[in-house]
Amino acid sequence: MYNFDFVKPSTVEEAVAALQDDEAQPLSGGQTLIPSMKQRLNAPGTLVSLLGIEALKGISSADGVLTIGGVTNHATVAAEAGAYPALAALAAQIGDPAVRNRGTIGGSLANNDPAACYPAAALASGATIVTNSREIAVDDFFQGMFTTDLEEGEIITSVKFPIPEVASYQKFEQPASRFALTGVFVTKYADGVRVAITGASEEGVFRWAEAEEALTANFSADALAALAVPSNAMITDLHGTAEYRAHLCKVMTGRAVAAAH
Amino acid sequence: MKVQMTVNCRQVSGEVEGRTLLVTFLRDGQGLTGTHTGCDTSQCGACTVHVNGQQVKSCTMFAVEAEGAEVATIEGMANADGSLSVLQQAFQDYHGLQCGFCTPGMVMAAASLLAKNPRPSEAEVRRHLEGNICRCTGYHNIVKAIMAASGQHVTAVAAE
Repeated sequence: MYNFDFVKPSTVEEAVAALQDDEAQPLSGGQTLIPSMKQRLNAPGTLVSLLGIEALKGISSADGVLTIGGVTNHATVAAEAGAYPALAALAAQIGDPAVRNRGTIGGSLANNDPAACYPAAALASGATIVTNSREIAVDDFFQGMFTTDLEEGEIITSVKFPIPEVASYQKFEQPASRFALTGVFVTKYADGVRVAITGASEEGVFRWAEAEEALTANFSADALAALAVPSNAMITDLHGTAEYRAHLCKVMTGRAVAAAH
Repeated sequence: MKVQMTVNCRQVSGEVEGRTLLVTFLRDGQGLTGTHTGCDTSQCGACTVHVNGQQVKSCTMFAVEAEGAEVATIEGMANADGSLSVLQQAFQDYHGLQCGFCTPGMVMAAASLLAKNPRPSEAEVRRHLEGNICRCTGYHNIVKAIMAASGQHVTAVAAE
């Protein structure tokens, strides 16, 4: 790993100022960034730790919306997001206990790993990504594998999740990495159903529009019977072919509908 | 840059680079070689320590991030008189180790589980150990040791 300067501001303003440097990058829990720096895939000149900013931590719930601070770690979400049980359950399945004590929701969303869990939750919930400078609707946020609408130096300060009537996340786990080989988050709101799928597509997390329409009309796994996800944009790797992942999309969506509560 | 923290209730400090990992600071800086570097990719859990009471992989955290923190390592697990703690003794009694490389991480992970959940089920123990890899034991005796350390009968712990 190449060396870097390390700063740990205590306010968002100080962090934003430190990130004006072209060579600077934000560091949240580091559970992806540190391994990628070890491999020299990433070599920031300065790391700006966000974990000293108390304003970015914590969970609150009001008026049907759960708000989670950007550097809140997965273990905290698992323990304290009881107002949105499917989201808490998702957080409890990320990585392993040690990873959950470090990794953060803002880090996960900003990284937009194509197999990460949180992007599916945010997209299925119609979440709002709040940054130091604006609010971004989640449908505009994810822009393909490892790509988001965030500008250089922009920090996720919180994420707002409208709490659905029922929801479930079903992850078909890649057992070595514990990332989603395919994971499906299904939500049901008064105005319709949303289905977001991670781990499957070369474009990263995506919504399955046909399933949303069918499930809005009939919230039952049977409603998916005639549907299929095309395999042409799916990931193929040693863990599964594109056809296998396309099949998993439908199977896991059905399981999520059946488990939604 | 200078970093200071509490390690096993002892105030320590040292000069580190930004990139110095916590595990490197503990092993090379403090001579606490009980914390092992296994995979160095945050998969295996041999480097598991507690930071402010939370288990973390010390190969995936910078030493400077532990500034001012309370760190606990395997060297601090024994009783004050040097005898093995209940958990450590259970690993010995139930043959919860063979080569021993993963053991410090296993003990630290198990201690973290038992601190939150004093009587975990077998399934909870196995799930909690997802981030700790053992290539010798097949895990059964580790699970037995942790169940025994929590005061539970282990005869029912079956091969999975």
